[in-house]
Amino acid sequence: MQPDTLIWILLALSALAFYLGRNRAIQASSGHIRNLHSLPTYYGYFVALWCGLPALVILCLWLLFDDKLILQMVISQLPESWRNLPEDQLSLIINQIHNLVAGETGRQEVDPALQRAADHYRQLKAIGYQALTVLVLVIATASLTYGYRHVSPQMRARNSVEKVVRFTLILSSTLAIFVTIGIVLSVLFEAVRFFSKIPVTEFLFGLKWSPQMAIRADQVGASGAFGFIPLLTGTLLISAIAMAVATPIGLLAAIYLSEYAKSRTRSIVKPLLEVLAGVPTVVYGFFAALVVAPLLRDFGIELGLKVSAESALAAGLVMGVMIIPFVSSLTDDALTAVPRSLREGAYGLGATQAETITGVVLPAALPGIVSGLLLAVSRAIGETMIVVMAAGMTAKLTLNPLESVTTITVQIVALLVGDQEFDSPKTLAAFALGLTLFLITLALNLVALHVVRKFREQYE
Amino acid sequence: MSTIMNTVEEFVETMEPQGKSVADSEQGYHTVGEFSIAEPRISCRHVNVFYGEKQALFDINLDIGQRQVIALIGPSGCGKSTFLRCLNRMNDIIEGCRVEGKIQLDNQDIYSKDMDPVILRARVGMVFQKPNPFPKSIYDNVAYGPRIHGLASNRTELDEIVETSLKRAGLWKEVRDRLDHPATGLSGGQQQRLCIARAIAVEPEVVLMDEPCSALDPIATATIEQLIDELRERYTIVIVTHSMQQAARVSQRTAYFHLGKLIEVGQTSRIFTNPRHPLTEDYITGRFG
Ligand SMILES: Nc1ncnc2c1ncn2[C@@H]1O[C@H](COP(=O)(O)OP(=O)(O)OP(=O)(O)O)[C@@H](O)[C@H]1O
Ligand SMILES: [Mg+2]
Repeated sequence: MQPDTLIWILLALSALAFYLGRNRAIQASSGHIRNLHSLPTYYGYFVALWCGLPALVILCLWLLFDDKLILQMVISQLPESWRNLPEDQLSLIINQIHNLVAGETGRQEVDPALQRAADHYRQLKAIGYQALTVLVLVIATASLTYGYRHVSPQMRARNSVEKVVRFTLILSSTLAIFVTIGIVLSVLFEAVRFFSKIPVTEFLFGLKWSPQMAIRADQVGASGAFGFIPLLTGTLLISAIAMAVATPIGLLAAIYLSEYAKSRTRSIVKPLLEVLAGVPTVVYGFFAALVVAPLLRDFGIELGLKVSAESALAAGLVMGVMIIPFVSSLTDDALTAVPRSLREGAYGLGATQAETITGVVLPAALPGIVSGLLLAVSRAIGETMIVVMAAGMTAKLTLNPLESVTTITVQIVALLVGDQEFDSPKTLAAFALGLTLFLITLALNLVALHVVRKFREQYE
Repeated sequence: MSTIMNTVEEFVETMEPQGKSVADSEQGYHTVGEFSIAEPRISCRHVNVFYGEKQALFDINLDIGQRQVIALIGPSGCGKSTFLRCLNRMNDIIEGCRVEGKIQLDNQDIYSKDMDPVILRARVGMVFQKPNPFPKSIYDNVAYGPRIHGLASNRTELDEIVETSLKRAGLWKEVRDRLDHPATGLSGGQQQRLCIARAIAVEPEVVLMDEPCSALDPIATATIEQLIDELRERYTIVIVTHSMQQAARVSQRTAYFHLGKLIEVGQTSRIFTNPRHPLTEDYITGRFG
C-alpha cells in the first residue's frame, strides 16, 4: 500500500476510534454525564489520538529513513569495482539508479548491472511498503485498544488531550525558529568556508570590493579584493535616502488619513496608496532608470553638478516612493489603534486637533510607528531590483549620492550569476554577504523590539 | 432675550400636564418641574441628538444655573452622557452624531459659527465616564492642559498648579513620590482622580463630570464631593451619578432622564422627597427595572 492511502486509512481509523471512545464514555457514565471526569468528546479525542498518533509517528520515521536504508542495501549489491569508486562518482551512479527507478531510461543502452540495481531498489521498496502497512495497522489497532480500555469515568481525558494540544502548539511555534536556525547555519557554514580563504578582517575592514578571481591558475591579472565597506556604505546611503523620502511622506499621509480624512476619502485614498505597494519592484526599477535618473542628470547639469547616469539618489528616491505605502499603512494602523477616549481627553481640555495629534496621539502610537519604520528600513536594505537598475553595480566607496554605488543584495546576485566554481571565493563571498545582511537586519529588528518594549513599559 | 425665555417658560407651564405619564408618547412630551430658571449659565432648548439614524435625546429643555450643581440621574443608556457631551461639543468628534436645537452658554449659542469649540472646551471642562489618562507621566497628565493654554510662565508655577490640582482631587499623598511614573500604572480609582485633577488644572468655568466617583472608595468619594462643593463657590457643575445619595448630597437641582427624555427636573430636595412624575418616583425609590 502507498503511504498516502495508509494515511487516509489511519484517519478513518481515528474517526472510528473517536466514536468508540465517546460511546464507551457515555455508556460508562450510565446516563449521567456529570459522573464523567471530562466531557464525552474528550474521551473520543483521547482514543482517537491514541489510535492515530503512534502509528503516524512510526509512518513518518519510516518515510524519513527508508530511502537511506534501501540505498545502502542496493549499494552493497553493486559490483565490486563500482563500490570502490570515489564518492562523487558513486553518487553519479546512484543518481542513474534513481532515474531508472523513476522510469527515465534515457536514450542509451542501460548497463545491465545498473538495471539490476534499479530492479533491486524497486523490489526492496515494495517489500518495505508492505511491511510498513502491516506495522502501521497493527500499531494503530493495538494502541486503539489500549486507549479504549483506559476509558473510565475517573480517567482525566481532558487533561491528556489538552497536553497533546499544548505540545502541538509548542511544536508549531518552535518550527519557525528551527527553520531560521537551519537557514542561518547553512549560510554560516558557507561563510566560514569563505573566511578560511579570505581573512575576516579583510572582509570587514577592506575598502575595496572587486571580487574577480582567476578562474584558471594561469590567468593573468585579477586578484580579488573582498572589502565589504563600500557595499555597506552603498547600502546605507541608498536606504538613508529612501527613508528620508518615505518617513515624512508616509507619516504625514498616515496622519491625514487617520485623523483628518472623512471616512469616504479614507476609503478611496487608502486602497490607492496600497496599490503602490503592489507594483512589482522591477517596474519601479524601470521608472528609476528611465525617468528619474535622466531627470536628475539634466537637473544636475543645469546646476553645474556632475551626476552619473546611475546614481544612488535616483535609486534611493524611487525606493523611498516604493516604501511609502509600507510606512503609511503601518503608521495608520498604529494611529487608529489609539483609543478615541485619549483623543477625547485632550479635546476635553481644550486642545486643538494639532495639539491632540502631536501631544497625545503620536506619542501613544510611537512604539507602533517606530517598529513600522524599522521594518521599512529592513525592506529598503533588502531591496535589490531598483538598485541594480538605477544605482549600478560598481562598488565605490563614496557618500556622494550623485555617484553610482552598489549594495549588498545586488552584489550577492552578481556573484551568483554566471558560471562559477562553487567553492571559489567569489561564490562563497555571496554567503558571507548574506550572513552580514542577515546580521544587520537582525540587529535592526532587535532594536525595534527593544524600542517597542521600552515604550510599552512606560505607557501601559 | 430673557423675555423670549419667559414666554417659553409660561407657554410650557400652561401646557404642563403635571404628574401624568407622558414619557411614552413619541413627540411633544413635557418635562415636569422647573426646567427654566432665572439667569441661567447654560440654557438648552429643544435639543435633539442623533447617532446616525438613532435618536438618543428627545427635545431636551433645561437651564443650568450659576454657582450650583445639577445632578443628572437616570437608568443606564438613557442619554445622560450624551447630554453632557452636548454641553462642550464633544459629540462633534463622533462621526455620524448630529445635535439639533439651541444650547447657550452665557447667552452665546455654542453651536454657532462664531464659537470655537477649542475655546469652548477650555471653558467647559470635562471628566469622562471612563478614566482616560494619557500614556504619559502623572505630572505630564496634569500639566498637559496648563501647558497648552500657557497658564504657567515657568516651571515653579507649573509645579504649583500640578500640586494643587492633585491635592484638590485627593491624589497628592499617593503620588507625590512618583510624579514621573506612567499614569497608566495607577489603579482605576487613582486614574479617575487623576483625570479630575487634569480637568480642574485648567480652571474651567463649567465642569462636566460623568460619574466621577464610580470607582472610588467612600473616603476618596468624600474628597471629590468636597471638591465639588468648593468648585461650586465659583463655577457651574453638572454631574452624572448613579448614586441617589450622592446626588442628594452634592447637588442643588436634579434632572431625571428616561429613554432619551428629560422627565423631571427640580430642586434636589423636592425631587427626592416629593417626585411628581411616576417614572421619577419609581426610579428614586428603586422600583425601576
Ligand atoms: N457613539 C455612539 N454611537 C451610537 N450610539 C450611541 C453612542 N453613544 C451612545 N449611544 C447611544 O445613545 C444612548 C444614550 O447613551 P449614553 O451614553 O448617553 O447613556 P448614559 O445615560 O450615559 O448611560 P450610562 O449610565 O450607562 O453611562 C444609548 O442608547 C447608546 O446606545
Ligand atoms: Mg454614561
